[in-house]
Amino acid sequence: MNSVGEACTDLKREYDQCFNRWFAEKFLKGDRSGDPCTETFRKYQRCVQKAIKEKDIPIDGVEFMGPNKDKPES
Amino acid sequence: MVKYFCCGGLLKSNWDQVCVAFWQRYPNPYSNHVLTEDIIFREVTPTNCLISRRLLTKTSRAPRWMERYLPKHMASSAYIIEDSIVDPQKRTMTTLTWNISHARLMSVEERCEYQINPDNSSWTQIKREAWISSNIYGLSRAIQEFGLARFKTSVTKTMKGFEYVLAKMQGETPSRTLAETATERARETALAAKEKAKDLASQAHKKQYV
Repeated sequence: MNSVGEACTDLKREYDQCFNRWFAEKFLKGDRSGDPCTETFRKYQRCVQKAIKEKDIPIDGVEFMGPNKDKPES
Repeated sequence: MVKYFCCGGLLKSNWDQVCVAFWQRYPNPYSNHVLTEDIIFREVTPTNCLISRRLLTKTSRAPRWMERYLPKHMASSAYIIEDSIVDPQKRTMTTLTWNISHARLMSVEERCEYQINPDNSSWTQIKREAWISSNIYGLSRAIQEFGLARFKTSVTKTMKGFEYVLAKMQGETPSRTLAETATERARETALAAKEKAKDLASQAHKKQYV
């Protein structure tokens, strides 16, 4: 998959590879020995957050899982 | 006024595999409308849950009768956010997905819970809920009907996409017939939905001139 920032796609793929391995082999198995992907994540985030600002994508102001509070069921 | 929808789903793979597939579901043959995918926030909480925020851009596929109500400058892509919590202790994953563009025209929020199937611990059950609303005066009902019909089509594609990715992960060759059948069914559902929504829209239009 491509990143929303065209220049970030390679960094995204590098991070995804690292994350997918850590997620399956460590995180889900209860291994809390630490995240080997922090550096590649940081590089990727620097790029993608810049692209998001440049494209004016309105990601700010919504808290995590925010919209689903007080939802009616009918 | 909000339209509420709830359904259950079943994936015949275990919860761990489903969670791994969740992060690798794009691209798949059913996701041609998904253009980009980015993790824009991620953290492991003090209670060892993984919380993430994913930004997706999708093609904005409004039918022609709806397009007239979109301001000319509005982006031709739609932006969607998906928040998720993976709890490896409880073996649950909760996701919340909603659009951050075109929201006044139509807002769709979907909440899913992925858990181990109580009858078969090597399967995963999904509880899916959606809330669909529109704020366009005079057309909200037509838009909500369209939104609901399209959401149901999306669910079919989502599940087919998941099954495809899971089959690939497990070293099986995914069946092409399945893919073709799903596309055909999706097309038929979309066509029926289009007709219904068009009817509602023209009814709403007629009312304005009474």
